[in-house]
Amino acid sequence: MSDIPEDLRFTRSHEWLRTLPDGTVEIGISDHAQRSLGDLVFVELPDIGRNLSVGEACAVVESVKAASDVYTPIAGAVVAVNSQLQQTPELINREPYAGGWLFRLRPTSSAQAVGLLSASEYQVLEAQG
Amino acid sequence: MWEVWEYGAHCYASCTRLELCQVCAAGVAAVAFGLRGRCSRHRPREWPDRAEAERRLGRRTCLFDLHVALGARMVDFGGWDMPLAYGSQLEEHHAVRRAAGVFDVSHMGIIDLRGARSGEFLRGLLANDVARLRVPGKALYSCMLNERGGVIDDLIVYYLTDEHYRLVVNAGTRDSDLKWIAQHTQGLGVEWLERRELAMLAVQGPQARELSAALMARDAAQAALALQPFFGAQIGQWFVARTGYTGEDGFELMVPAGEAVALWQRLNAAGVRSCGLGARDTLRLEAGMNLYGNDMDEHTHPLESALAWTVAFEPADRHFIGREALEALRARGVTRKLVGLVLDERAVLRSHQRVLVPGVGEGEVTSGTFSPTLARSIGFARVPANTGAAVQVEVRARTLPARVVRVPFVRHGEPLVPIDP
Repeated sequence: MSDIPEDLRFTRSHEWLRTLPDGTVEIGISDHAQRSLGDLVFVELPDIGRNLSVGEACAVVESVKAASDVYTPIAGAVVAVNSQLQQTPELINREPYAGGWLFRLRPTSSAQAVGLLSASEYQVLEAQG
Repeated sequence: MWEVWEYGAHCYASCTRLELCQVCAAGVAAVAFGLRGRCSRHRPREWPDRAEAERRLGRRTCLFDLHVALGARMVDFGGWDMPLAYGSQLEEHHAVRRAAGVFDVSHMGIIDLRGARSGEFLRGLLANDVARLRVPGKALYSCMLNERGGVIDDLIVYYLTDEHYRLVVNAGTRDSDLKWIAQHTQGLGVEWLERRELAMLAVQGPQARELSAALMARDAAQAALALQPFFGAQIGQWFVARTGYTGEDGFELMVPAGEAVALWQRLNAAGVRSCGLGARDTLRLEAGMNLYGNDMDEHTHPLESALAWTVAFEPADRHFIGREALEALRARGVTRKLVGLVLDERAVLRSHQRVLVPGVGEGEVTSGTFSPTLARSIGFARVPANTGAAVQVEVRARTLPARVVRVPFVRHGEPLVPIDP
């Protein structure tokens, strides 16, 4: 089982999110997700400024094997995207919880993420495959 | 209730060949699918039906435990538990293009045909003509067709002597191939034998031959290195062939199953990287080689599968199964063709995506992937015969332009299609 940073929360569709000190939220895909997908080759990220609603498909990660949509677990405006991924998508394979982040949102004031899992709860889900 | 073992015995009731039970060494009728041999007392459990039995058991090659120990991600491939990748599939791919990699291809079927009329039999069975093989050891790629011209399988046949040929067939079709062969050998005095006691390792890449030969005794190494492309030879206990499915030089080694694990480990120690089916697929696609079941099958024929070059219509008096159907198709005009595609957009072609040919019609992607060498997506598509150089492909709700190109895309490590950086 992989080591998961304790400050992350997870969705059942294998995204993670991390609340940064400035109140923005960073989103990526889990180690389990990157391992299932295999080598990542392309990443499509949302435009900066785009307003996303909860559960909206807003990014695509594509591996040698398959393409997969990424859904935002929280509503908000996109404030940053990880442009390094355009040239080096393998960062997601190497550092899914650090250099492989996908995008950052400023949550809308009323935004609430519901049904998120803690790191330990997610590990249980991961172990079940 | 079906019993796995019984199924084999029923299915191949005409088979007179015996194998020994692995547990008590009692003789039992051989089955043609890869479940491990056990006599009635030691046979596996009962399952509701054959499909269930195969699903539960999964066929394993003699290298299965090693793959798992090496950390491979195992997947089902035609009923076999096979390694997809041991780590990064892209790195495995590059290892074969730049140095050397080893693949377990023991799931493929090795079938020996013996008898004075073996050549005559194969001339009637295969769409390519084994009479073209005049030098012992020479290999030939061919389709095996049904009466409608549909492709039952594609295979390699080695001409060893006038009375001995060796076929290497696909894993997913080996049972049905054997049944087909058994059916057609009747009355010809041609004997067939599946060499299940052999494992097959494909060692591929620019350094593959030298690194493999370094593990052989001196005389054997000399003989192996002297092999010309597309030749094979029995060298001691090993059958060494200068063939492959990657577009690189290399060997396919057929060795006694008991030697396979040690051979694999020695290859690894010599710097040959373990490679899985994932890399095998991207390598063969770059090399412009068809995959049975994706690019052609029983419902498609060679003339619409970029395999017309493998059908020997000459001499005109050679009858082979499927000939009449292909001649009729040729006379009417073949309406579809299989072409290579390059996608310059940041997206990946996948099987079954719709291909639009403006003003002409539609087609379908049969195989698609990301090409690690070209750093963009490539694929094959079956399209109308008069398709030109440009098509569009529906990729995940977008319609993207794709270029029709001549295959192979890559050969011996070098890109063969023009690519804008």
